[in-house]
Amino acid sequence: MLLISCPYCGPRDEHEFAYGHEGHIARPTLEQQQTMTDAEWADYLFMRKNPKGVHFERWVHARGCRQWFNVARHTVTHEIIKVYKMGEPAPQLEQK
Amino acid sequence: MKQTYSIFTLVRNALSYHKDWQEAWRSPAPKPEYDVIVIGGGGHGLATAYYLAKEHGITNVAVLEKGWIGGGNTGRNTTIVRSNYLWDESAHLYEHSLKLFEGLTQDLNYNVMFSQRGLMNLAHTQHDMQALRRRVYAIQLNGIDSEILTPEQIKEMVPILDCSTSARYPIMGASLQRRGGVARHDAVAWGFARKADERGVDIIQNCEVTGFKIENGVVKGVETTRGFIGAKKVGIVVAGHSGVLAGMAGFRLPVESHPLQALVSEPIKPILNTVVMSPQVHVYVSQSDKGELVLGAGIDAYTSYAQVGSPFIIENQLNALTDLFPCFGRLRMLRQWGGIVDTCPDASPIIGKTPVENLFLNCGWGTGGFKATPGSGNVFAHTIARGEPHPLAVPFALERFSTGYLIDEHGAAGVAH
Repeated sequence: MLLISCPYCGPRDEHEFAYGHEGHIARPTLEQQQTMTDAEWADYLFMRKNPKGVHFERWVHARGCRQWFNVARHTVTHEIIKVYKMGEPAPQLEQK
Repeated sequence: MKQTYSIFTLVRNALSYHKDWQEAWRSPAPKPEYDVIVIGGGGHGLATAYYLAKEHGITNVAVLEKGWIGGGNTGRNTTIVRSNYLWDESAHLYEHSLKLFEGLTQDLNYNVMFSQRGLMNLAHTQHDMQALRRRVYAIQLNGIDSEILTPEQIKEMVPILDCSTSARYPIMGASLQRRGGVARHDAVAWGFARKADERGVDIIQNCEVTGFKIENGVVKGVETTRGFIGAKKVGIVVAGHSGVLAGMAGFRLPVESHPLQALVSEPIKPILNTVVMSPQVHVYVSQSDKGELVLGAGIDAYTSYAQVGSPFIIENQLNALTDLFPCFGRLRMLRQWGGIVDTCPDASPIIGKTPVENLFLNCGWGTGGFKATPGSGNVFAHTIARGEPHPLAVPFALERFSTGYLIDEHGAAGVAH
């Protein structure tokens, strides 16, 4: 059970949120889409980092303000290291 | 030659106060090189090693396990065995496994306590019933046993189910696979380990793989906590850590790792003689030979490697259980634990080659890998030995995510994960 600090509403119970999986996966641009192979599409659609360590992921405050945001969370300790808004780059963190 | 387990050896050893039993498997030091290294000493990995030795004559094999054998998901599941899958590809694969389970105790000379007590999937709405009929007919067309039960037949089989029309989740029918059931999970791992060892396989515990040696795209061996071990071929069978191992080999997988929990109640007198599942209410429950109810819960939404799940998932699980079985309301729970499952986008496993030559992969069994243990090992051993996938494993290659030939079995998980 996580205590997640929504960047808009503050700390709330995990129940209020829904998980959005890995963040920072850029959708291919229209130009890229013209020449992308099936393998490249598979990479974009399905392949995931799934790290054992810090994971940069998306959450949505589904039963609150309904805003999406990013979270840097450790997948072994479940510690939430940083919460940051959509569009911001993944923070540089010291290796945990 | 290993001693055979039978009533006679049991009596003979009883006379010597059970002091003379042979060890079930050796604990050898790793050799410098093997023909095949199997990473992961769970049921699937041990089964792979056993069938490599038995069916393909490859006995210069090592199974590397970072902890102890069967200590991961093999010892953490709810021990259910069934083959009631919708699509042809999965039905054939899981039925292959179920058939191997039916002869496994004799084959391994180890009692895996496979109990075909039947497995029931409940339907609570008209839409459940329609989906259930479609599934049952598809399963029957694949030559696998499956039938539809009326509420009266359900009531007769499981009198403690709340079959009243005023129930919160009224029971409108069920599918039944009579050949489904449960097996003793530890015994499956130990049985495979013992027989693989007998045929010359080295089972090396407390040996964690920390990297691969790859030259010109060909795997040459593995770095471990006990030093470098060379290998002509390597198979990765590590369930929840598949992504970590793939990362060491330099590629990504369409896999995310989630915690999945299970729990058992205090032991009670025999009360439930079949396996009951309800996808809608999210329950799967059976009663062990010790008398404990064995319950599976859901996965946590987020990815994790912690082997710990959230308490509210357990709470939801027990709410669901008491909705269906009001008489379990005062039952106390004894133990609860979590394991890490590697889930694929289409809820089907990945078996086959990887981008690295001679490196093979068997993963993505998600929330239901135990039932597949012998079948998975069998087809994976074939895949490693021949260098080409077993006919049953062909559709489960990693390439399906590029070709779009996904095998969507989300509906075949006993419950919605």
